[in-house]
Amino acid sequence: MLAPEIMNESTMPTTRGREFWRGVRDEAPILLGVAPFGLIFGALAIDAHIAVPVAQAMSSIIFAGASQIIAAQMIGTGTSGLVILLVVSVVNLRHALYSASVAPYVRHLSPGWKILLACLLTDEAYAVTITHYNQEGHPANKHWYFLGAGLTLWTTWQVSTAMGIFIGAQLPLAWSLDFVLPLTFIALVIPALKDKAGVAAAVTAALVGVLTLGFPFKTGLLVAAFLGILIGLLMEGRSK
Amino acid sequence: MSLWLVILLAGLLTFATRLSFILLHDHIKLPNWFQRGLRFVPLAVLSAIILPELATHNAALDLSLHNPQLYAGALAVLVAWRTKNVLLTILAGMVALLVFQALLRIL
Repeated sequence: MLAPEIMNESTMPTTRGREFWRGVRDEAPILLGVAPFGLIFGALAIDAHIAVPVAQAMSSIIFAGASQIIAAQMIGTGTSGLVILLVVSVVNLRHALYSASVAPYVRHLSPGWKILLACLLTDEAYAVTITHYNQEGHPANKHWYFLGAGLTLWTTWQVSTAMGIFIGAQLPLAWSLDFVLPLTFIALVIPALKDKAGVAAAVTAALVGVLTLGFPFKTGLLVAAFLGILIGLLMEGRSK
Repeated sequence: MSLWLVILLAGLLTFATRLSFILLHDHIKLPNWFQRGLRFVPLAVLSAIILPELATHNAALDLSLHNPQLYAGALAVLVAWRTKNVLLTILAGMVALLVFQALLRIL
């Protein structure tokens, strides 16, 4: 739906290098909010008596903060492996929504690119990348932007995890800095609210998100997102 | 199950979730309502992350007038709406948070 409009806007594709560095640059502010989480995860993992290489591997292989923090706590209390796997899967289900959302934009890419970008599809990389895909400009090299944003976040996650493991999370500012995350998301969502259906989807999801805060394993987030999308679709249908 | 195996499988499952629709999109035609709904995904998911984050203070739901994050968040919404500038929004929100935290401590 958006792709043909973008095509018309285009003059020349931006070069791969420029797209990549723009992705790095746009991801940079979020790092302020991500780094404290990495520190906290690293410190938590050590508190839970997880061996250093395992703790670091969790950040490199799973690469999903909230699920890692919950997993570390469960490992610490001796929860069975199957239960941990189940919980991690549920907490990370929202990534399927991101996958569906970027799918039309990465369709033309090789399987290798798709696998690489899927590895890097986190909340924070998704937020800036989908915003970039929805903006004007030739779409040809936008996957390089995705790669730049994703790799920047991955690297920061590894470094901040290592710092949390070896130094701990004694940063006095840590709890205030994580406020950068919702602020960045606000900066990305608000300008994207262009019609009533979009506003209705966002407001519904936000309110339901608060009401379902008590739901376990981030399932409230899923319920809120689905209800938001549903209300958006219904509003759009009515206005036509 | 060894811890290494758990980590590896957790990584694989997370990766499979991330790859799911990127791969599916190539092989099956997704229904029209599904494709129309995709436009709302970033708005809905990010909003469902934002407000609970603002409303949670010291790991508990706090919708009272004593939660500085709510004020700072409201100001950030205003700045984002007027300027459409990411850095300015973050800066205004962080400064507002520190100011409101200090104010609430005094009052």
